Amino acid sequence: MAVVTADAMTNAPHTRGKSKMAARDLDLFYGDAQALFNVDLDVMEREVTALIGPSGCGKSTFLRCLNRMNDTIDGVTISGKVTLDDRDIYDKIIDVVQLRARIGMVFQKPNPFPKSIFDNVAYGPRIHGLVNSRDELDEIVMTSLEKAGLLKEVKDRLASPATGLSGGQQQRLCIARAVAVSPEVILMDEPCSALDPIATAKVEELIDELRSNYTIVIVTHSMQQAARVSQRTAFFHLGKLVEVGETDQIFTNPRDERTKGYITGRFG
Amino acid sequence: MTDMASLMEDRAAANADASDQRKPVDWDSADMSRSIKKRYAAERRFKTYGLTAIMLALAALVLLGYSIISKGYSAFVQTYVQIELTFDPAVIDPDGTRDPAVLGRANYDGLIKDALRARFPDVTSRSEKRKLYGIISSGASYDLREQVLDKPSLIGQTRKLWLISGDDFDMLNKGYISADTQEASRRLDDDEIGWFQTLQSANAIEKRFHTRFFTNGDSREPELAGIWGAAVGSFYTLIVTLLLSFPIGVAAAIYLEEFAPKNRLTQIIEVNINNLAAVPSIVFGLLGLELYLNVMHLPRSAPVVGGLTLALMTLPTIIIASRAAIKAVPPSIRQAALGLGASPVQTVSHHVLPLAMPGILTGTIIGMAQALGETAPLLMIGMVAFIVDIPGSAMDAATVLPVQIYLWADSPERAFVEKTSAAIMVLLAFLILMNGLAVFLRKKFERKW
Amino acid sequence: MSLTFLLLAVALLCALSFVFGRQRAIALSGGRFSNLHSLPVHYGTYTALWCGLPALALLIVWYALQGPVTNALVISDLPVEITSDPGQLSLAMNAISLIAADHGQHLDVAPEVVEAGNRLAILHTISNTALIVVLLCVALTGLSLSYRKIVADMRARNNVERIVRYLMIGCSAIAILSTVGIVFSLLFEALHFFSKVNPLEFLFGLEWSPQTAIRADQVASDGSFGMIPLFAGTLLITLIAMLVAVPIGLFSAIYMGEYASPMFRAWAKPALEILAGVPTVVYGFFAALTVAPFLRDTGATLGLSVSSESALAAGLVMGVMIIPFVSSLSDDVMSQVPQSLRDGSYGLGATKSETIRHVIFPAALPGIVGAILLAVSRAIGETMIVVMAAGLAANLTANPLQAVTTVTVQIVTLLVGDQEFDSAKTLSAFALGLVLFLVTLGLNVFALKFVQKYREKYD
Repeated sequence: MAVVTADAMTNAPHTRGKSKMAARDLDLFYGDAQALFNVDLDVMEREVTALIGPSGCGKSTFLRCLNRMNDTIDGVTISGKVTLDDRDIYDKIIDVVQLRARIGMVFQKPNPFPKSIFDNVAYGPRIHGLVNSRDELDEIVMTSLEKAGLLKEVKDRLASPATGLSGGQQQRLCIARAVAVSPEVILMDEPCSALDPIATAKVEELIDELRSNYTIVIVTHSMQQAARVSQRTAFFHLGKLVEVGETDQIFTNPRDERTKGYITGRFG
Repeated sequence: MTDMASLMEDRAAANADASDQRKPVDWDSADMSRSIKKRYAAERRFKTYGLTAIMLALAALVLLGYSIISKGYSAFVQTYVQIELTFDPAVIDPDGTRDPAVLGRANYDGLIKDALRARFPDVTSRSEKRKLYGIISSGASYDLREQVLDKPSLIGQTRKLWLISGDDFDMLNKGYISADTQEASRRLDDDEIGWFQTLQSANAIEKRFHTRFFTNGDSREPELAGIWGAAVGSFYTLIVTLLLSFPIGVAAAIYLEEFAPKNRLTQIIEVNINNLAAVPSIVFGLLGLELYLNVMHLPRSAPVVGGLTLALMTLPTIIIASRAAIKAVPPSIRQAALGLGASPVQTVSHHVLPLAMPGILTGTIIGMAQALGETAPLLMIGMVAFIVDIPGSAMDAATVLPVQIYLWADSPERAFVEKTSAAIMVLLAFLILMNGLAVFLRKKFERKW
Repeated sequence: MSLTFLLLAVALLCALSFVFGRQRAIALSGGRFSNLHSLPVHYGTYTALWCGLPALALLIVWYALQGPVTNALVISDLPVEITSDPGQLSLAMNAISLIAADHGQHLDVAPEVVEAGNRLAILHTISNTALIVVLLCVALTGLSLSYRKIVADMRARNNVERIVRYLMIGCSAIAILSTVGIVFSLLFEALHFFSKVNPLEFLFGLEWSPQTAIRADQVASDGSFGMIPLFAGTLLITLIAMLVAVPIGLFSAIYMGEYASPMFRAWAKPALEILAGVPTVVYGFFAALTVAPFLRDTGATLGLSVSSESALAAGLVMGVMIIPFVSSLSDDVMSQVPQSLRDGSYGLGATKSETIRHVIFPAALPGIVGAILLAVSRAIGETMIVVMAAGLAANLTANPLQAVTTVTVQIVTLLVGDQEFDSAKTLSAFALGLVLFLVTLGLNVFALKFVQKYREKYD
């Protein structure tokens, strides 16, 4: 299976796109403790960028910088620059609400709202006022569920509570929920860590499909997963970005000793 | 491999599908920025509601505090009137024996009345005289007696003495009765106000710290009424409550948390305790009335019955707090002790209980504070009687601070309003002290596992 | 005083037993504690428990039975004409206990009663003396029996621990017993009441005026015991209180939990908790002397006639009292909503208020409903505020400016002062208490179920 996907990956057309998001000289502190050191990273348009590294290396923290989710935590200070289409997202004139609509996020544990399946997906379009009629909303919900590969499974029970879905379905629902706002970038924070292998495979498939329309950044603790779904991989260690490059190159021919040690399983 | 091929086809289809995707949202359009503006306005409104709610609640607190302090601070001082008084030997000790029994029985009230008549000689009619006597409290004669018994050499002398004034004059001096209102609608008529002004211009009126308020029992005369009786009653009641509810509550908590098998019975006990905590306090009063007074014939109005009743009421609070504290002790400590061969009882008494004690004590103090402020159940068991004497033991008839407040609040005299407020201040001071102690304990021994 | 003395004596004996038991164990060990099954302390505790516990149990039983037994003895000697009439009997018993307590010199009563009073005093003395003797015997017997049982291989620790465990079970049982006690004492007197008044009339009657003739020669008025006006009054005041407490409490909780800076929270939270710690009698005073006159005066300037014991005043102040209750419970409930849901909503670009209104509040709703039900139950059972600020007249009205009365007010009014445990008037208080207990119990069970279910969902 791994071989096949690796094939599929190399066969996939490499749209050597432009940089969609970029971090420059990014430092982050929790109170006095520094969690990120001087991170420089480009996220390419319509590609999957995987962030890997041992636990506590700052990859999730970095991910949360990209849509300013760290704003909701007290005591976090950030210096440096993160840009989306060359505009600094930490600029004062940037509106966080709008920013997060443009950069969607999927979390480690599936977190459907305790509402119906339909209302979960409709939540984003509703709060952002993206639709003017019920028909439009139905349309968005349906296409989003479709894109998340969930429509077939749930179309008969859109009104039933989302918490009744299985873990994998819940996570795909969360992806549908993010897609419904039609973001440009989707951030995924270990989206499969709470799922079983079959559900994981489905989500991975989905990620690969979404790549054609969205820029995706995924944090994962599984190197196989990074190899399967991503085009570019960044390796974080102790809050520093050690190495970034084509996924192939990182896994077959890492330049840094630390990367090598990690992917061959010597630590992590 | 065929699977893979079909998968790839699917994907291609999906990609084709997605290419006719919705137009990207134009976040900079006028519509969007209007909508975002509206959303932020809603956000600010919502936040304002929250802040307003807290401010309203705090305003109620401030208003409550202000209304009590402004009504009550004046009760800590009392008006005294200076008057020239002759310790007439013919009245006090006609036979000159200096026998304390004789001195104790003498008509000191008469001496005061004589002195008042001497001070205002033009008062002649009976009804006028009666009003005149109201200047000085009826309690002043006890003071005189004390002084004479203390120092018999006073007999025969004429002294200028400061005597405690009656409640109406006290109110007038404190400004609660205004001389500007219509004569008919105030407690004092023009003559009385005239006397007051005469005395005042002679510097014969003074406000002094009102120690009696802290040392006396209840009285029908506001200027003589004090909270000591009620405070002692509260003390006995709380002691009984504590002695019963603390050991029983802690033992029950330990059993339920550490030893009880998890079966239906313990589940019932658990539900039962949670419900008991929410049973209205007056129902406990009814239980106390029926069980302790009607069945067991314990003495009515006694702190011991009050304590028994309040103990049942406080028990759930203590059990719940103690269980939480015991639960917070990590299982690793128990395992360590058990692993060394300690018995379960030893494990609990040597390790779990000492570690849980700060939490248990905090809960107990809070329970005691509740018991101290409780009124309704005590009304049921007769602690609402008018009791002048300071109770000497937990079996004597007594009242407690909150009931005293209730009784005074019901009294018609204007002067009892300030007494009530002052008693409330004293009660609140005790409560703040107890809660402060609980907070201190919690802060000092707080432990994060 | 004698009780204190007896307790001290028992405590002293216990301490002595402890020392004896311990000494004997040490002596038996011959200096090497490993010869003993348990530590010397356990042997000491063993004897102390055997000395103290039976004595304490005896003391409790004695005090519980002394009153009923001596009274029964005295009554059995009274002439039939007194004992046959319950009214007379209770008057006589009052006099007798006064005489027995040496406060009855001024009473003008029948010589039989005086004699009975003296007899009661003698009985009390006998009982007290007997108690001392029996108590000492029991304590010493326990001491000597357990002392003799001590041998080197006696399992003292296991014995002590077994006793301790039984004691703890007994303590837990008290929690159940007090519920049983409440139910029985209310039920007993309520049934007594229902034998005089038709339960249907009580439950559905529209008129409440519990004045019954106490003596036969009084102008008789039968009294009517329809509790509907009381219940309506209770509900009216509860409704007003909830209208104050629920919005303010909920919004306070939301602001406190989601918006307030740590500084603000550190000050405002304890301040709100003070509101919860203020005794209800203080609120009652505040309602009666500050709020009610203010409302009356305001009403007068607006041309409204506001009763000086209006339901509004009591309800408003009760609402203030309940604010911290609602706010801390709903704060608890809302803080249990997992962070992941907030993240999910923020991640989609929702504002804080949108997240609260659309995600947190709906998720916390079952818990909040439970909290509100608990608050309602507390408002229904609240006594002092309404006793001091609400009226006594049982008006059946929905006008908050008028005076209404409540179940708790009536219970207090009926039971404070002279009680005649055979008149429907006094007994009706217990029937009201039973209704109050059942209603609040129902609400509590329901509310706790709600909250429990909610907790399980997010644990």
